[in-house]
Amino acid sequence: MDPQVLMQTLGKGVPTSWYLALSAVLFTIGVAGFILRRNIITVFMCIELMLNAVNLSFIAFAHEHRQVSGHLFTFFVMVVAAAEAAVGLAIILTVFKNRSTLNIDEIDSLKN
Amino acid sequence: MNLLDLVIAIPAIGFLVALIIPRVMEKITRLLVMGFALLTFVVSLGLVSGFQSGVNGLQFESNKIWIANPEIHYHVGIDGLSLWLIILSTFLTPIAILLSWKYVQHRIKEFYAFLLLLECGLVGVFAAYDLFLFYTFWEVVLVPMYFLIGIWGHDRRIYATVKFFLYTMVGSVLMLAAIIFLYTQAHTFDYAEILAQLGSGKIALDHGTETLLFLAFFLAFAIKVPLFPLHTWLPDAHVEAPTAGSVMLASVMLKMGTYGLVRFCLPMFPIAAKENAPWIVILAITGIIVGALVALVQPNMKKLVAYSSVSHLGFVVLGIFSFTQVGLDGAVYQMLNHGISTGALFLLVGFLYERQHSLAIKDFGGVATVAPWLSILFLITTLASIGLPTLNNFVGEFLVLQGAAQANFSWAVFAAFGVILSACYMLWMYQRVFFGALAHSVKHHVTDLSPREWACAVPLIVMMVWMGMYSQSFIPAISEANARILDRTAKAGLIKMTPHVAVNAGTSNFAPAGGGNAHAR
Amino acid sequence: MQNLWLIPALPFIGFLINGILGRKLSKAVVSAIAVLSVVLSFGLVVSVGLSSGWGEHPIHQHYFTWIRSGGVDIGWDFMVDKLTMIMLMVVTGIGSLIHIYATGYMAHEEGYYRFFAYLNLFMFFMLNLVLGANYLLLFVGWEGVGLCSYLLIGFYFVKKSATTAGNKAFIVNRIGDFGFSLAMFLIFITFGSLDFGKVLSAAPGKPVEVLTAIALLMLLGATGKSAQIPLYVWLPDAMEGPTPVSALIHAATMVTAGVYMCSRSAAIFLKAPIAMETVAIVGLATAVFAATIGLTQYDIKKVFAYSTVSQLGYMFLGVGVGAFSAGIWHLMTHAFFKALLFMGAGSVIHACGGEQDMRKMGGLKKYTPWTCGVLACASLAIAGVPGTSGFFSKDAILTAAYGHAPWMFWVGVVTAGMTAFYVWRAFWMTFWGEYRGGDAGHSHDHGHAHTHGHDDHAHAHNHSHDHDHDHGHSHSHDDHGHDHHGTPHESPWSMLAPLVVLAFLSLAGGFLFNVPKFLESMFPLHEEVPNEEMLMGVSIFAGLIGIALSYFMYVANKELPGKIRKALGGIYTLVYNKYFVDEFYDATVVRPIIEGSTEVLWHGLDQGVIDGAVNGAGTGSRSIGGVLKHLQSGNIRSYATWVVVGAVILLITVGMNGGLIR
Repeated sequence: MDPQVLMQTLGKGVPTSWYLALSAVLFTIGVAGFILRRNIITVFMCIELMLNAVNLSFIAFAHEHRQVSGHLFTFFVMVVAAAEAAVGLAIILTVFKNRSTLNIDEIDSLKN
Repeated sequence: MNLLDLVIAIPAIGFLVALIIPRVMEKITRLLVMGFALLTFVVSLGLVSGFQSGVNGLQFESNKIWIANPEIHYHVGIDGLSLWLIILSTFLTPIAILLSWKYVQHRIKEFYAFLLLLECGLVGVFAAYDLFLFYTFWEVVLVPMYFLIGIWGHDRRIYATVKFFLYTMVGSVLMLAAIIFLYTQAHTFDYAEILAQLGSGKIALDHGTETLLFLAFFLAFAIKVPLFPLHTWLPDAHVEAPTAGSVMLASVMLKMGTYGLVRFCLPMFPIAAKENAPWIVILAITGIIVGALVALVQPNMKKLVAYSSVSHLGFVVLGIFSFTQVGLDGAVYQMLNHGISTGALFLLVGFLYERQHSLAIKDFGGVATVAPWLSILFLITTLASIGLPTLNNFVGEFLVLQGAAQANFSWAVFAAFGVILSACYMLWMYQRVFFGALAHSVKHHVTDLSPREWACAVPLIVMMVWMGMYSQSFIPAISEANARILDRTAKAGLIKMTPHVAVNAGTSNFAPAGGGNAHAR
Repeated sequence: MQNLWLIPALPFIGFLINGILGRKLSKAVVSAIAVLSVVLSFGLVVSVGLSSGWGEHPIHQHYFTWIRSGGVDIGWDFMVDKLTMIMLMVVTGIGSLIHIYATGYMAHEEGYYRFFAYLNLFMFFMLNLVLGANYLLLFVGWEGVGLCSYLLIGFYFVKKSATTAGNKAFIVNRIGDFGFSLAMFLIFITFGSLDFGKVLSAAPGKPVEVLTAIALLMLLGATGKSAQIPLYVWLPDAMEGPTPVSALIHAATMVTAGVYMCSRSAAIFLKAPIAMETVAIVGLATAVFAATIGLTQYDIKKVFAYSTVSQLGYMFLGVGVGAFSAGIWHLMTHAFFKALLFMGAGSVIHACGGEQDMRKMGGLKKYTPWTCGVLACASLAIAGVPGTSGFFSKDAILTAAYGHAPWMFWVGVVTAGMTAFYVWRAFWMTFWGEYRGGDAGHSHDHGHAHTHGHDDHAHAHNHSHDHDHDHGHSHSHDDHGHDHHGTPHESPWSMLAPLVVLAFLSLAGGFLFNVPKFLESMFPLHEEVPNEEMLMGVSIFAGLIGIALSYFMYVANKELPGKIRKALGGIYTLVYNKYFVDEFYDATVVRPIIEGSTEVLWHGLDQGVIDGAVNGAGTGSRSIGGVLKHLQSGNIRSYATWVVVGAVILLITVGMNGGLIR
């Protein structure tokens, strides 16, 4: 990109599309991690990553449209994420206590 | 709160009361439930005495908003068609309770509570005048019967209940879809309103739509009737059900189907009904003959009676789709007759079961020697069932066949074979169970009727004779309601009137031209 | 004004009292109630007859509306005219005699009260049948008497053969009723009413095809109730019932209902020549057919049963050739002499301690002189010996048949000869010769029978005959509950008195009651036939030949029957086994229905196809689920992959379709 144009653009602030791109990248990393990694803690962190990617896009849109509802959603997501982290970690601990493993492939008792 | 509301409410209250009684108070539960059932019956008799002939429209009507949006009303009322079916329900419930006095020994309060809920649902079905309300009661009936068979039934009860439930659900889901479609067109669930709109042309259904709607309703009702070839749930359900369940199932629940045909299918979709009548009649006649033939070779008494029901109900459907006053009157009368006589058959078969703990015909023989009165009552019921004149079924069968003959003589010819066959299977069973040398186990187990059993059976026998000898107590009210329905179908360009049928129609109590507004308030 | 409803109501009250309380009442009270109710009813009939000039002034009474719907309006109406009057007199008169007889005959039976309750119920329905003023009421009686017939045939309900015979009677009658009810539907469609008055007066104006159809359907009904070809098969089996029942129901009254119905509907039949011809041919064929079977039977009641079938055929011949009044006349005289024959047979059976096989009787005239005497009167009457009642009515029918078609006359004459032969054969075998019974407990099979030369051959072929009665062939057919006294004995006077009255009527009934004259206003007298004296002579001659032949074969030359049997061989076997008609029906109707219903309809259609489809739908959904359940691996990462794949597909789909539309 032409530095001139870049400066001009940045002068008006970082464009929304950059935030969205970052959000997409973060989300994809989260998805990839969720699918590929086996450690349950990592998987858990990937979920957090995806949530935060979504939060980022919410904020970006809120800024773009000058509306407060995006922030509202973000707060909701953060609260839920916090609650989820608490419950989720507790579940992970219990699972580890019972099964002595954090490998997600070995935890498949939902089947049948 | 008029009488009709009371007839619906009392069993419902009884249901709740029975649920909260402590489990240990068995005797009090029984007496209390019996009290509720008898009270319902007495109150329902008020409907008979208060029923006025010649009134064009509903009586004991009551219309309140139940759910505001979408607007669903608690709209109930009766005419001659509903009147006797409601009485039949309230008449048979106390008998069903009394006959299971000893039969049911575990989970007593649930059993009786379900019987009352069943009664409430049945009365509601026959009284409802709002399609959504009708559907609600229709499904309410299903629940207690599901449990009655599933909990207190015999060995294969789970298979039977699941089959019964799924069969019925398939039909009723389609009916629900049709009801919702009608709502989208008419913006109301009120049946009278919908009829009026259909009659005045405010809702214009094209031919294909009308046929589809008709078939949706028809299928739901035909399964319940049950019309051949949708009948295979019935023998299983009957064989597995406890006696009280069989009695209520055969006597009243099956009538929900035929009632629905008369009440909803004919007036709402007259053209489709008439167009589809030929193959429906063929199914009905096939059911009459096949049901009878299969009944002939059944080794199990309850199954035999169940197949005989398929045959008898075929007559009812035949009468309905003959589109003649005589046939329709006969069909409705036959619903009541079948309720009484088949109910009595199941009752008496139940008595035999309680003694011998078997339903297989081969386990009996010579019962007449040890239990003469039981045999006599069974004989009277058998004769009623095979349509002996002076007993109830004859009147209904005669009218149905006469109506069928007027519509198409060959229908009557084929259907009348069923009358021959009914004598074959019933008398053959009677011979093998009651006559012959006294079987050893029969001698030790079978005793004559106890006073409680007398009390169950005698009212039914009395009704058989009354309905057979003096049908004028019942038919006029039925005729009036049917005349209005036929009037509607005739208006829709339905009946091809042969000259003499026209003459007959002239002499009957056809209501003054009410047309589509006949049911409107 | 007489209350007609009392006539059937009295026996009905008797039925109710005996039926409900009978078990607690003594036999004397039970029989008093039963007999009185019928005798009183007879008295009422007589008084109605006197006040109405014996039906000269018809009475019509309406009681209540029974069924009303649409155009159907059936009243419970009774009426009396001349035809009804005759039927009423026959039914209540002979009914009373048989009730009295039965008090003696049934005196030692279990279920005495039950028997009389059924008998009274029968009277109620029979009177309803003849009094009813519309077809539906006729039908009420028609079905009702069928019911009582069923109950009384199966009176000894412990015996399987008896209850089977009862079922057979009811079901075969139902086939006839099928025709009758269709006839009613057609009548209603055609005439708009079922009242005799309206229907019969309007009949001449209706199309012939419709009237023919109605008449033929009615004929089907009549062949059931009146035991004509092809539905006669129930009547011989009906002899399982007690003998008074055979006399009352299966000889004198119920089985003649078909003749009554056809005569009542004369207006319809007369307009339907094809139907008339059919009636005549059916009647004639039945008469010959049954008579040939009667020639060979050994069971005394079976002989008379086939004789009844044959004589009913005569009545239908009369009706069919248009001589309704002659048919009714024969109905009446037949009621006299056939009731007498049966009750006499009952007396004989009573005397022999329940034995019905004529080969074990013989020489009874010295033990039971009265029975012998009255049976001789009846046998003379049925043989048509001049002066007896049977002579008049049979001659009237044969003359009319000659006027219609001479060949019918000749066939009828041959039948008359056969009738005389087998009735007198029974008479000689029973009363003449030496007593052949007496060794109770000895089976009549083989060696024993050989000594008499009557049946040296028969047993080789009678396995199917035995099959009909799986029980008690070697002892009593009737289960008549007497101990075998060793020597025969005369019956009590309660049994003999009615016999004597009937014997008088059998002899003099023809003189006393000239039915054709009486009914002249309803059925015009038949036109004169040329050579009437010659025809009369021929029929008398046939009867006398029959009697003489039977004397020659069964008294004078006892070796002859055996030789004839041997000479006839296969034909004899065929006739002795009643042409295997029962077996034929069993193989062509009963078995296919039972087996077809079991295999094809029940197991095949119901359980196979329909339930197969239903259960198939169930298993189908289960197996689909069985495939789909593999998607649920339990592996979170594979779930996540599915989510991603789904999201991608969704995005691509949306993208391809131009994105979200605002």
